[in-house]
Amino acid sequence: MASHYRDATHQYDSNKEGIWLFMTTEILMFGGLFVGYIIFHALYPEMFAEGAKFLDWRLGFINTLVLIFSSLTMALGIYYCQVNQRNKATWALAITILCGAVFMVIKYFEYTHKFHLGIFPGQKLNLEMLKPVHENLGLYFGFYYCMSGLHGIHVLIGMGLITWVMIKNIKGEFNSKYFTPVEGVGIFWHIIDLIWIFLFPLLYLVG
Amino acid sequence: MTEQHTSTHMEEPHITPLRTYFKIGMALFLLTFLTIGAHALRQYLQPFSALIAFSIAGVKAYLVMAWFMHLKYDKPTNRLIFASGFVFLAVLLGFCALDIVSRIAQSSIL
Repeated sequence: MASHYRDATHQYDSNKEGIWLFMTTEILMFGGLFVGYIIFHALYPEMFAEGAKFLDWRLGFINTLVLIFSSLTMALGIYYCQVNQRNKATWALAITILCGAVFMVIKYFEYTHKFHLGIFPGQKLNLEMLKPVHENLGLYFGFYYCMSGLHGIHVLIGMGLITWVMIKNIKGEFNSKYFTPVEGVGIFWHIIDLIWIFLFPLLYLVG
Repeated sequence: MTEQHTSTHMEEPHITPLRTYFKIGMALFLLTFLTIGAHALRQYLQPFSALIAFSIAGVKAYLVMAWFMHLKYDKPTNRLIFASGFVFLAVLLGFCALDIVSRIAQSSIL
């Protein structure tokens, strides 16, 4: 326990509070993109509908199920740390990382399919190849790539963080009395799931 | 480094039962299927299809926040901290929307 805390409970509570303060900044960051999307969708509804046609809701649906399942396994990982079942915790964390990988593979197929059609991010959007009805279609795909890309980067960061705590867990650094890093990484992973819960209908369903 | 690991919590922290986690996971799965079902029937649900999709998403978000993120059994301070993010997001959206709506109403130039 660090010396500037009254006791272990004080340290734990302060650590958790810091974790939640960070998560609030994540909500504000993604939320800003959501606000931008909502406003421009309201201003250019037909253009957004045209862009949304290039998205496959079935892939988004599968990715939603994958992330929800990974949230469950992440929660189980923390649970098994709390009840001192170290091996089961390692397995739960490993499966969570695997789910993240499945998500990124599906994302890879989605992106490469769009690239094949000439839909690149930003200025690289190939208007001659696409010949869209709306010339400002790049605005839609700007939002699409920024929002799904930023989310994808967070999935990769999350996978790295889970790997880090999984290795620490294998080495026996966690037990029912101390598992705060696993909790912190877990809350981060649930934020990723939370963002996707809103991103999926926004991009794939509402269009 | 080892001093951290020998210190203990003063009170017993709440441990969510395994069964609860599986029930919440199942509920989230079902709500996802419900979202897809509503999407398939969206022509009959107009103009509410977006509202329905995001309402279901809101319920899913609550389940993740309350149980998976353990906020239901956490200190009220942490709930307040996390909620404040959404409150300020609403402020952002509200003022931006007001700005744009009032400018377009005044003249058709954005």
